[in-house]
Amino acid sequence: MTKVKVGMDDPSSVEFVERRRAALERYLQRVVCHPSLLQDPDVREFLEKEDLPRAVNTQALSGAGFLKMINKASDAVNKMTIKMNESDTWFEDKLQEVENEEQQLRKLHIVVDSLVNHRKELCGNTAVFAKSLAMLGNSEDNTALSRALSQLAEVEDKMEQLHQEQAASDFFIFAELLSDYIRLLGAVRGCFDQRMRAWQRWQEAQSTLQKKREAEAKLLWANKPDKLQQAKEEITEWEARVTQYERDFDRIGMAVRKEVLRFEKEKAKDFKSQIMKYLDTMLQSQQRLIKFWEAFLPEAKAIA
Amino acid sequence: MVSVALLQPRAVNVDLQTDAMLQVDISDALSERDKVKFTVHTKSTLPNFKQNEFSVVRQHEEFIWLHDSFVENEEYAGYIIPPAPPRPDFDASREKLQKLGEGEGSMTKEEFTKMKQELEAEYLAIFKKTVAMHEVFLCRVAAHPVLRKDLNFHVFLEYNQDLSVRGKNKKEKLEDFFKNVVKSADGVLVAGVKDVDDFFEHEKTFLLEYHNRVKDASAKSDRMIRSHKNAADDINRIASSLYTLGTQDSTDLCKHCFVLVFFFFCLFVFVLVFFFKQKIEARVAADEDLKLADLLKYYLRESQAAKDLLYRRSRALVDYENANKALDKARAKNRDVLQAETSQQLCCHKFEKISESAKQELIDFKTRRVAAFRKNLVELAELELKHAKGNLQLLQGCLGILKGNT
Repeated sequence: MTKVKVGMDDPSSVEFVERRRAALERYLQRVVCHPSLLQDPDVREFLEKEDLPRAVNTQALSGAGFLKMINKASDAVNKMTIKMNESDTWFEDKLQEVENEEQQLRKLHIVVDSLVNHRKELCGNTAVFAKSLAMLGNSEDNTALSRALSQLAEVEDKMEQLHQEQAASDFFIFAELLSDYIRLLGAVRGCFDQRMRAWQRWQEAQSTLQKKREAEAKLLWANKPDKLQQAKEEITEWEARVTQYERDFDRIGMAVRKEVLRFEKEKAKDFKSQIMKYLDTMLQSQQRLIKFWEAFLPEAKAIA
Repeated sequence: MVSVALLQPRAVNVDLQTDAMLQVDISDALSERDKVKFTVHTKSTLPNFKQNEFSVVRQHEEFIWLHDSFVENEEYAGYIIPPAPPRPDFDASREKLQKLGEGEGSMTKEEFTKMKQELEAEYLAIFKKTVAMHEVFLCRVAAHPVLRKDLNFHVFLEYNQDLSVRGKNKKEKLEDFFKNVVKSADGVLVAGVKDVDDFFEHEKTFLLEYHNRVKDASAKSDRMIRSHKNAADDINRIASSLYTLGTQDSTDLCKHCFVLVFFFFCLFVFVLVFFFKQKIEARVAADEDLKLADLLKYYLRESQAAKDLLYRRSRALVDYENANKALDKARAKNRDVLQAETSQQLCCHKFEKISESAKQELIDFKTRRVAAFRKNLVELAELELKHAKGNLQLLQGCLGILKGNT
């Protein structure tokens, strides 16, 4: 996790704190939504206990550690020389889909970021314009026009407020939704990689078993009875391993499938609720905008 | 090449004294690579013209020539000369179109087409604006009781050959530059002279402050509107990007999967919102530009023209006072008295003539300004309300669809 120095009166630090708070809240909500994770004793402890033991060996669970684990799995996958023989195309297709979606979300996130920045810029420029307009109103010697210009300056001031709130909602609702899912899709890819790794382990065990069998055959031919016993034991051991790894691979496959479906359900729900929340903030904003301009219109008409 | 026909009816200018009508408008315009050709259409019952209705083609430089001829004419020293229209400037728009062409490879066909449409709409808007500004200039001249009778104006309207008005060469531009330097130096000197007449003293103080504040407000409104346009562009790109996200190929199996269908449906509603919102936001920015920014820009130029009038009057006053001093000196020395008397009379006459028309011009300027602000501010408020209500309907509709689909 990145370490950031946070000052006391720094306005950007206030923003940072709010961002972190919201992000951590979303993270916790996702964790408790997961039926398996909710049963996890550590999660329960985290939520219930007053004092937690100091996190010393959380390296494996920290963001950096977790990323390392995923990267190790990806490296292993990349180093695979034998392509996996998929009997079921579901995994291949789904992985492709996930990768495409992640790419699209990244592109979308860049544009949304740009929107947030432009809205903040619009905010600043509107405030400056409002002040300038007020000054112009002061110079104007026609009283009705002068008053109308001052009112317009006030409307622009209120617009600045609206733009600021809209920029916040752009960021906290829309942009953060996208970055969360970019990371989550990365985690989904990680699952697929773990499955590949399991397959690889199974294959390696199979090839080791094969080698042991060949060694046994050689020993039979060379007629070395004592070494033969050891060889037979090793074969049994590896036969068991092969069976275990095959079972693991199948189990992981089923878990991944179930997890992906659960994830997609959650994602659909999440997107819908966030989209609705976002549209709602836009709606509120427009309603207030209408009030401001409706109040101004008679002032403009009163100019004579 | 872009051609635009303005079908708005223009106010008819009637000279009540001579009962002659003069109506001018720009009926068509053509944009070529580096110039714009305006078709100036005139309807008139004035006896000076050969026909009652005729059209000529003019370019920007010829408008400038006409404006400069007014400024340089001593007879018009006492009037606010309608400000010259700004040069048509499509550079920014062309640059954007070029950048879009270069970036064509990096975006989908839908994104490219959408952005191209937006930029073309922007180009058209700038084009319409420049036509409107050239037209306003001509209408102001046609409405002015004295300027409408100007010979150069009639030549401009009627002569159907090229006026052969070339742009100023380097030497002339340098002369202009020095003239302006002298004028501003003079302006400082003259501004310091307190006017005996309260009306003009008040006007001087007022105009100086007003002009500066309009300048400031104009610059700041431009910046604000540019941010608004940038945000609208982003919304456009978001709409395209969301559309691409929503139309991704999914596995055949999952196309029938309810969860995914639901997800993409939400996305599509979202795309709809952004697609329409973008159009609305672009219109909001354009309308703000037209009703507010252009208004401020125009009154920046008009207030400068009014300041120029006050300057000319002050100059005439200084000349008059100097002529008085010269006359006293001549009388004291009893030398060249007749010459000094004639000179003093001329200066006096010039000053009084300017003062008389200037007073009326400044009162008219105020009336025009108040009327223009009223019209534009009312229209601005009405347009903002119209767009906000459009936005509201869109959002309510889409939220309704999403809520009803739980």
